Order: sequence, then C-alpha cells, then structure tokens
Amino acid sequence: MAPVIPRSGDAAFANVERVNAELFTLTYGAIVRQLLTDLEEVEEVNKQLDQMGYNIGVRLIDEFLAKSNISRCVDFKETAEVIAKVGFKMFLGVTATVTNWDAEGTSCSLVLSENPLVGFVELPDTCHGLYYCNILCGVIRGALEMVSMKTEVTWVRDMLHGDDAYEMRVKLIKQVPEEYPYKDDE
Amino acid sequence: MATVYNLFIINKSGGLIFYKDYGSAERMDTNDSLRLASLWHSMHAISQQLSPTIGCFGIELLQADNFDLHCFQSLTGTKFFVVCEPGAQHMEGLLKVIYELYTDFVLKNPFYEMEMPIRCELFDLHLSQAVQKERVFILGR
Repeated sequence: MAPVIPRSGDAAFANVERVNAELFTLTYGAIVRQLLTDLEEVEEVNKQLDQMGYNIGVRLIDEFLAKSNISRCVDFKETAEVIAKVGFKMFLGVTATVTNWDAEGTSCSLVLSENPLVGFVELPDTCHGLYYCNILCGVIRGALEMVSMKTEVTWVRDMLHGDDAYEMRVKLIKQVPEEYPYKDDE
Repeated sequence: MATVYNLFIINKSGGLIFYKDYGSAERMDTNDSLRLASLWHSMHAISQQLSPTIGCFGIELLQADNFDLHCFQSLTGTKFFVVCEPGAQHMEGLLKVIYELYTDFVLKNPFYEMEMPIRCELFDLHLSQAVQKERVFILGR
C-alpha cells in the first residue's frame, strides 16, 4: 500500500555536483572558528550555527524534493527514514540510522555512521560545550518546518566530546495543518 | 509557433513572485498578471476543499478552448503554472524542470530573499533554454 519511494539517496547523490571533501571540511572548520572569534561565547556559537543551518534548511528542502523524487510521507516515521537514508546521502554522502523511537512515535534518534564535517577536528578544553556540528540540527529543523512540521533537534552524543557515536535527537513538536486559515471573523 | 504562452510562480501565501511571457499574442500587464495569480491561488485552494476525492491536492490541469493551464504545487507550497496551447504535451515534465531550476538558481542564490519576487538573471536564462527546448522537441515530432 505504501507509495513507492526511493529508499536510498544513491541515485540523487550520483546526480548532484560534488566538491572536494577536504575543501568542504576545512571551509566548515573556518566558519566555526570565525564564529568562535566573533561571538566568544560557546553557547552563542551553538545558537548561531543552528540559525545558519535553519536558513540553509528552508531552502534546501525544495532542492531535496525536486531532485530526489520523494513524494508525501505518510507519517513522521517515514519522514525520519527518508531524512536518514535519502537526505543525508544526497547532501553529505553518508547515511544515518533511525533508532530509539519513543512510545508515541514523535521523537527518534538519528545516528550517523560517518560525519564528513569533523575530519581533523579536536576540540580544545576551551570549547567544552560546543556542538561543532550544530548546523546539521538547524538544517533538519528548517527543512521540516517548510513541510509543516515543527521540530526540535539536538545533539545527544558527539564523538568530539568522547562519546561513541554521533547521535541527534529529532522531536516532533506539532504538525501544522496545511489548511488555509478560514476564520470568518478575520 | 509558440506552445508555452506564459509562466507564473506563486509563493505559498499567494503572492506572484515570477511572471514571464513566452510569446502570447499580447503581453499581460502587471496588474492583470497579479490578479490572475491570486485568483488561481484561491481557486486552487477551493478546489482542494470541494474535490470529491479524498486527499486531493488541487487542480493540476485546466482546459479551455484557446489554452491549457498546467499547475504543479511543490510540497512546500510554491505553485508553478504554465499557460500553453491547447493539447500541448509534456508540460508536467517542463514544470518539474522549472522546479529544479528554481531550486538551483533562485533558492541557492544567497541574495535571493525567500518569498520575494524573483529577479535572478541565471534563472531567466536557464528558463528560456528549457522552454525553447520544449518548443524544439514539439516541432521535431
């Protein structure tokens, strides 16, 4: 019964233009470094990275939809799978695993097998509390907001902090109905 | 012989953000194009509500005696529609190509403000090529 949708982003990944991975990693590193210099507070940098990601996400979603041949997802579970298998593959060349669903099916974890943003990175002691890849959280939040899902995305495990994996928690806050606000008194 | 008359792009709140003429008999003035766009936006919304089929996402094709109107709405709510010769083929394909061009040359332009009128030369250029290709393809048959 489920609509036929691509379960992997391989085809989309093959068709998009790519850049040298090292250039990408180093550019991202330079951005984070500059933000640390400009904003000084680690907490502010986390916020700024999230905001930058959000701004990317609200635009990226259309490219994703246009080039991946994804159709409407039936539920949030499918959405999470599509992000993990198709989205990450298409834009970062890696895939994530969806795990740890809560009972209501509104929050889950995305565990990254590889993380192309962190090559060469070692966090110094002064950056304790920095979520180096926070931009990814913002991207997901922004992208989902454009398809009427309000979400909260946070890092729970980060190998740069000594954890054993990269794990993001995606929590669906509410699904905004796609109807027009038909209120007679407005 | 023109097959595509004009192209409209409407943002998700119903504002016309792009209008281009591809050789209709006379050019529509700005007010008319804005009016037509908001009219279509509302009709599209109403059609979703009135449709007897459950899970209808709005009008995709409107056929008249002297033109066809093909509409494509992305999941993010942006609508693309072309007005073309009656019976013109492959318009769904063209709209999909236009959507891709929009993501490439409009959304990726860092100086483009979301939901605002589109003024991107690269977009115009690629669009003309896509429409031209469509024309050649039809003539070639």
